[in-house]
Amino acid sequence: MLLDVSKCTGCTTCLKHCPTEAIRIKDGHAVINDSRCIDCGECIRNCPHQAKKAVSSKLESMNRFKYKIALPAPTLYGQFENLDDIDYVLDGLLKIGFDDVFEVAKAAELVSAYTRLYLKTDGINKPIISSACPVIVRLIELRFPTLSSSIIHMLPPMEVAAGLAREKAKKEHPELKDEDIGVCFITPCPAKVSYVKNGFADYKSKVDEVVSVSDIYFKLINEMEYGSDIKNLCETGIIGLSWASSGGEATAIFSEKYLAADGIENVIRVLDQVETGNISQVDFIELNACPGGCVGGVLTMQNPFIAKARLRSLRKGLPVTRNSPEDSKSQYIPASYLFDKLPEYAPIARLSDNLAESMRMMADIGKLKDTLPGIDCGACGAPSCRAFAEDVVRGRANGASCRIKEGDGCDS
Amino acid sequence: MSEPTLVYHYDIDGDDFSSAGQASVSIKTNLRQLGLSPEIIRRVSIAMYEGEINMVIHAKGGTADVKIFEDYIEIILADKGPGIKDIDQAMQEGFSTASDLTRSLGFGAGMGLPNMKRYSDDMKIESVVGVGTTVTMRINIA
Repeated sequence: MLLDVSKCTGCTTCLKHCPTEAIRIKDGHAVINDSRCIDCGECIRNCPHQAKKAVSSKLESMNRFKYKIALPAPTLYGQFENLDDIDYVLDGLLKIGFDDVFEVAKAAELVSAYTRLYLKTDGINKPIISSACPVIVRLIELRFPTLSSSIIHMLPPMEVAAGLAREKAKKEHPELKDEDIGVCFITPCPAKVSYVKNGFADYKSKVDEVVSVSDIYFKLINEMEYGSDIKNLCETGIIGLSWASSGGEATAIFSEKYLAADGIENVIRVLDQVETGNISQVDFIELNACPGGCVGGVLTMQNPFIAKARLRSLRKGLPVTRNSPEDSKSQYIPASYLFDKLPEYAPIARLSDNLAESMRMMADIGKLKDTLPGIDCGACGAPSCRAFAEDVVRGRANGASCRIKEGDGCDS
Repeated sequence: MSEPTLVYHYDIDGDDFSSAGQASVSIKTNLRQLGLSPEIIRRVSIAMYEGEINMVIHAKGGTADVKIFEDYIEIILADKGPGIKDIDQAMQEGFSTASDLTRSLGFGAGMGLPNMKRYSDDMKIESVVGVGTTVTMRINIA
């Protein structure tokens, strides 16, 4: 997340919406603690002054590659008015300078097929949690460590698409070297940007650049010609398109034993309940940080509900799926779809490495909190009185003080 | 016995089924800050959760006190409910006196007390029919 300091008024709106309490207001503007940030985009979504921005690449960053491949997220298809054929979008991507287009929705259909296979494996611990939303994986890493073993070790569709797109390019153009090929994901959300930049546990992403849907949008509509004679490019069915909204991935397991939740606060409540073991008769859990799923990403152009309705009409008449594993009798998931290691638990909430010291600090936080007004006004720069007390005890308050108590003539 | 370093008190509201489980979520946040291992946190929150649900289902609520000592955590769940007639029977997996309504909500599977025992290192039940029940659980942290 990036902050445009000139636009930020220090209004405290983002403080209140940050699910991990990663934001403080200091010197009149917001400051984001990267070690706590999960890239959920809530601060971007809620900032009344548009002062928060996601770091993503510009399209020009692809110029360094000889052979450029676009990886459109299925969400992109839901952004255009009166679109009746996905081919116009894909054709438009070729016209703005890409040499090839590989739909992430295609890879999503393969991921769904292998997830169905995985769910039939004997002895796996159910429910399993989808790995597709990078915010969720990071949230679990930071806050729900006991659930990290429940995350399916399947690479997200974007990553699978990047691998397949590279293979295809090398097959069609044997003269290309690895470094000649550039893969550009067109993203609805900032979390994919971080994922590509930082990798994922030990895994390095095969995507080179991540450009936002909103960034590419106007260039694309200028090149899209409805009604023109274009090639058949789209190779996706209903399942692939459905991944764009909440529940799409889960229904593709072809069983009613699933749960799909979206919106970061809802997701946290569900994970709290999964952790206490209170969710039974569910084999698969799909979680999306954005309301409505990926269509609700903050880097999109269109209202998520409208985008979802458009995708629904686009998928009409399509086959259920158009991508299946080459060997349909295969009982194994190819290694190229899997990752080995999950990120390790990062106990960011921990007050001290030493338990006795943590306990003493905790007691001090409690005592200080009891002297505060408890209205969680945010004027001190912390999201709540408890968070302020914690900042003071941790020595991170940097001279901030309780404005309410000062107003009463008391010292804090 | 030494004094606990930290004490948390929760009132469990028996009239509001939808808020059942809130105390265990809250204690989880606190234990995370102490830097306890994920496994300990999980055991405490499950034991606490099951106890909370039991108090809501059977006893119209009660209180939960969590005392954190240097080497163990003590959870005391106290209610003024109907009491448990036969504790040995109540400890059997699958035994439940929950109503059909409760079962339809997915509770009352008869795993509450057995799970509490399973996730704690020591559990003691004191119950007087018509007076109430106090369950004391201990989870070692060092």
